[in-house]
Amino acid sequence: MSVDLNTLKTPGPTITALTRPFWDAAAEGRLTIQHCEDCGKDVFYPRPICPHCWSRRLLWKDASGRGRLKSFSKVHKPGHPGWLPAAPYVVGLIELAEGPTMLSFILPGTQPLQVGDMLQLAPTAIGGRVLPAFKPVEPDAEEKPK
Amino acid sequence: MSRSKGAIVGIGELKPQRLTSGVTTLEMIADVSRLAVLDAGLDPAAIDGLLVGPQVGETPQHVPATIAEYLGLAPTMANVVDLGGASGAGMVWRAAAAIEAGMCEAVLCVLANNREETAPRSPNRNPIREFDVPFGASGANISYALLMKAHMAEYGSTARDFARIAAAARANAQLNPDAIFFGKPADVETVLASPMIASPLRLLEIVMPVAGGEAVVVTSAERARSLRKPPVHLLGAGEKVTHRAVSHAPSLTSGPLKSAMAQAFAQSGTRADEMDLLSLYDCYTIMVATTIEDAGLCAPGQFGAWLGDHDLSHKGDRPLNTHGGQLGFGQPDLAGGMTHVVEAVRQLRGEAGERQIGKAGLALVTGNGATMSEATALVLGAA
Repeated sequence: MSVDLNTLKTPGPTITALTRPFWDAAAEGRLTIQHCEDCGKDVFYPRPICPHCWSRRLLWKDASGRGRLKSFSKVHKPGHPGWLPAAPYVVGLIELAEGPTMLSFILPGTQPLQVGDMLQLAPTAIGGRVLPAFKPVEPDAEEKPK
Repeated sequence: MSRSKGAIVGIGELKPQRLTSGVTTLEMIADVSRLAVLDAGLDPAAIDGLLVGPQVGETPQHVPATIAEYLGLAPTMANVVDLGGASGAGMVWRAAAAIEAGMCEAVLCVLANNREETAPRSPNRNPIREFDVPFGASGANISYALLMKAHMAEYGSTARDFARIAAAARANAQLNPDAIFFGKPADVETVLASPMIASPLRLLEIVMPVAGGEAVVVTSAERARSLRKPPVHLLGAGEKVTHRAVSHAPSLTSGPLKSAMAQAFAQSGTRADEMDLLSLYDCYTIMVATTIEDAGLCAPGQFGAWLGDHDLSHKGDRPLNTHGGQLGFGQPDLAGGMTHVVEAVRQLRGEAGERQIGKAGLALVTGNGATMSEATALVLGAA
C-alpha cells in the first residue's frame, strides 16, 4: 500500500442529521460515540435510542481511541473499485475500550498484525475526508523509559 | 418424534447459469413455480398461499401482488420473506404455520433471480453503507474473512481444515449434472492454491454467483396424503436473528443457528447425530465449519478433526450437501438457500438417483443470511 489514500475515489459515508456529530468529530480527528445516561452503556453506531435499554437520553462523548483487535483481513480484491489502487490493505474489527465494536481501516505497524493486538485511533485522510482509522500500539513506544 | 407440522409436496429447480440475457426475474419465477406445482400434482388454482423474496429485480414494492398477478393466482395469504440466505428455510416454516392458522391450504414458496451483465450497484442507505463501506469493507467476502480469521485465532483452525469443506462440496457436485461445477472437481491443494481474496479467504471458498430459481409447495400433512409424491414432513423448526453487520455480531465464532438448530431439534425430538443428511447453508467454508460446531456434532473449534473422521459423500457416514452445496452448485442469490431444502426433499423421497444416500429418514436443513445474522433451521422427515 504505497498509494496516497486521500486520492482514492472511494464511497464516503451517507451522513444523516443524527449521525453528523460523529462525522464532524471525525473530520477533526476525534472519535465520538454516544453514552446512555440511563443504563450507562456506550453506543456505536449513533442511534436515536439506546439499543440496550431504549432510553432516549444519549449524549455524545469522546472515546479514548483505544481498542483491541478482534479480527482482521488483508483485502486483496476490494468489493468497491475505488479501493483497487490501495489493495492489499487491512480492515479490522476493533472492540473499543468503551465496549462497542466498530469496523475500521488499520494502518500498518512495525510488527505483523495479530488478533488481540491493542490499537489506537489514527485519523487518516481517505478519499478526500478524514476518517477514524486505527493503528497498532507499538509496545516499544509505550514501555521505553525516558 | 413429533407429529408433522406440514409437508413439502412439490419441488422445482432451474439449472443455474452464469449470466442471463434479457430474461426477467418474473419469467424465471413463473418457470420454477410451474415445475414445483406440476411436481406436486396440484391444479395451480389450488395454490392459495404465496411466499416470495424481497425486491424482485423489476419491482421493489408490492412483490407478492405482482407475482400473484403474473402467475394468475389469487392467494388468501401472501407475504415477503426477507431473511437473506435463510429465506428459503424460513418460508417452509411460515407456510406450515399459515396453514395451521387457517390462512390457506397450499403455499407456493418461490425464489429466483436473473443475472444480467450490467447490474446496478447497491442503492443501500443503511448503517453498513455509512459505517463500514467508507473504511474499505464492501461486500460479504470481507465480513466472512473476518469470521474465518477469528476462528483461526481462537481455535488454531487451519487453511487446510477450511479447504476440505470446499473440496468436499466440489466432489459431491460431480454427481449433480446441473451443478455449475459439474465436471470441475477441485481438491484441497487446488483450493489452497486459488487466489487470496481477503485473507484468510481464498477464491474457491466463496460461492459462485449464478442465475437460477427454486420453489417448493407446502401443504398440510392430511392433504399431502392424497398427492402424487411421497410427502416430506416438517418435524421441527427454529429461527434467530441477532444482527446485520459483522461488527455487531454477538460472537464471531458461533452464530444464531446454534439456538435455531437447538429449537428445531427440541421441537422434532431429534438430535444432530441422528440426521441422515446434513443440508447446511454454505456461502463460504467458514459457514459450514461454524454450523457443524453449533449443531453440536463436535466441540467448538474441532470441525477440522471432525471432517477428518467423516466421509461427507452420499455413500459416506455423514452425507453433507449431496447436491454439491452452493459451493459446488452455484449460488442463485436468495434461491441458493432453497437448494438445501430441495435437495433434502429429493433425498428423503428417494429421488436423488446416482447420489441417493442409503438410509434417508431425517435431514437437517439450515439457512443463513447476511453475516451469520439471520438463521433458520428445519428438521425434515421422510413419509
